[in-house]
Amino acid sequence: MIEVSNVRRAFGTLQAVDGVSFIAADGQITGLLGPNGAGKTTTLRMLYTLLRPDAGSIRVDDIDVLENPLEARRRLGVLPDARGLYKRFTARENIEYFGRLQGLDESTLQRRVDELIRRLEMQDIEHRRADGFSQGQRVKTAIARALVHDPRNIVLDEPTNGLDVMSTRSLRRYLLQLRDEGRCVVLSSHIMQEVAALCDHIVVIAHGRVVASGTSAALLEQTGASSLEDAFVEVIGSGEGLMA
Amino acid sequence: MSAWLTVFIKEVRENARDRRTLASALLYGPLVGPVLFAVMMVFIMGQQRDQAEQVLKLPVIGAERAPNLVAWLVQQGVEVQSAPEDPEAAVREQHEDVVLRIPPSYAEHWSQGHTAPLDLIYDGSRTHAATTVRRTRALLETYGRQIAALRLQVRGIAPEVVEPLAVVDRDLATAQSRTGMLMAMLPYFLILSAFVGGMYLAIDTTSGERERQSLEPLLITPVSRAQIMLGKMLATSAYAGASLMICVAAFVVSLGQIPVELTGFALALPLRTALMIVIVVLPIALLAASTQTVVAAMAKSFREAQTYLQFLVLLPAVPSLVLVVNPMKPALWMVMTPLFGQSALIGELLRGQSVSGAAIVGCSVSTVLVSMLFAALAVRLYQSERLAISG
Repeated sequence: MIEVSNVRRAFGTLQAVDGVSFIAADGQITGLLGPNGAGKTTTLRMLYTLLRPDAGSIRVDDIDVLENPLEARRRLGVLPDARGLYKRFTARENIEYFGRLQGLDESTLQRRVDELIRRLEMQDIEHRRADGFSQGQRVKTAIARALVHDPRNIVLDEPTNGLDVMSTRSLRRYLLQLRDEGRCVVLSSHIMQEVAALCDHIVVIAHGRVVASGTSAALLEQTGASSLEDAFVEVIGSGEGLMA
Repeated sequence: MSAWLTVFIKEVRENARDRRTLASALLYGPLVGPVLFAVMMVFIMGQQRDQAEQVLKLPVIGAERAPNLVAWLVQQGVEVQSAPEDPEAAVREQHEDVVLRIPPSYAEHWSQGHTAPLDLIYDGSRTHAATTVRRTRALLETYGRQIAALRLQVRGIAPEVVEPLAVVDRDLATAQSRTGMLMAMLPYFLILSAFVGGMYLAIDTTSGERERQSLEPLLITPVSRAQIMLGKMLATSAYAGASLMICVAAFVVSLGQIPVELTGFALALPLRTALMIVIVVLPIALLAASTQTVVAAMAKSFREAQTYLQFLVLLPAVPSLVLVVNPMKPALWMVMTPLFGQSALIGELLRGQSVSGAAIVGCSVSTVLVSMLFAALAVRLYQSERLAISG
């Protein structure tokens, strides 16, 4: 479970995140929806301890990320905005490196890597060097290395960015599997349809603030709009930047 | 396995797969010095010998105006040649090292007993012509003195009156000391090879990793930044150290190739000395890696890091150049100063002098301490938010 309460962060005079709070429960997919530049990536970076919040607190499985960032990171599997691979390593070697950094022993590591390669259907690229991977192959490898230590909490920043339809569909299926295993999944997106189709709980962010949250049904009710699209336009104030 | 060791092994392995890194770290970097050195040595030694022993060829303009002088020169073994049309241009374009011009007024001044003018045309900035010029001038001066002595005797005056001093050159320079200047550059090449060997890795593991967008995922793992930095810095040190050892080995080979008859003595670097040099200079690998890591972590991009590090490579030149220009007996402060200490101690080893273990330990300890200071600074830089965010 991930609890974010009232976090704020400024870059110079720009208040990128201005008091964001939400709770992402286990066994649910929580979606942060907002236009580009709304503060989603900054919020997530604070969550996975890359940036320090100016104010507010964040807890991962009841561990305060500011007090104990290493322990918090151990419980998180993160697909960040930056998803570069080591091009001179094969897909398998890329995943193994991160498994070793997570402190897995060799037998657990091999078992986990085998499992991820099977579940993400990466057998064709397992022993190929990452140089020349397609966008989909890159994202798969990046997800596998993020999940190699079998984390309970999974954070993905715009996971379907740049993926084709087939890759997007198989990624969605995989995320639903992870949810059904009882994990806490948080993802960010600026694509309304994606969030609506995938997420159990939606947190709408605009200008660094949470402007609405709840299930898609609750959002409809709250705004009195007839369609989800109208509901989002209603809470954000404009439809700009929300479409794919 | 410790996390720093995981990072170390990964960086060493990954970069070993890159041909460009391998070539620059383990081939061009360490080999440029020894090869350049051997070529320079052969060239300079060969040139000095050639010019000193060759028949002196001297183009003379207006030889008919001074038949006695020309006859005397021929007698001294000079090959008098006809002069080019434009002697100044011939010298400037390096067709001739030196041209002697006997002006039309020579004969007149000579017969009247006045000082007769002679023009020696040469380019003083051409060091390779210096020996030829010196030999020509010495011959002309000898001729002048002989004539002066004759004239004085004719007038009944002893020539000693105008020569109160008799300076005899007793040049004690041996071929060995003539190569001293070059040998003084050797520590520079060694230290340089460490900096060149580590340079690519230092950039690749920090700004390179950030630019390829893989630094952020790495920093999200539950590994402290200090461990990540340490693994990367030690991988850079490993390449710097390997480059250094290859450089020493290359010197052993290349110096052994220089023919004895050229220098008059064996220039070889004995294996024992080579091993001592490796021990003395190896801590430089740490110093190079730590300073380069700091610089690369400060740079905003790969290109910026590259630019800064190219300047940093000049740093090891400072002590070596100081010692070339102003050779000193190694004092305590010098031995204890990183780069200076190694330069001085290598110099002593090359001259075949013994170096105390205490000096080596002192020099190494101070170098390691300074490297640790830079490493601590690198950890601080790694902990800043700016390092992590890739744009």
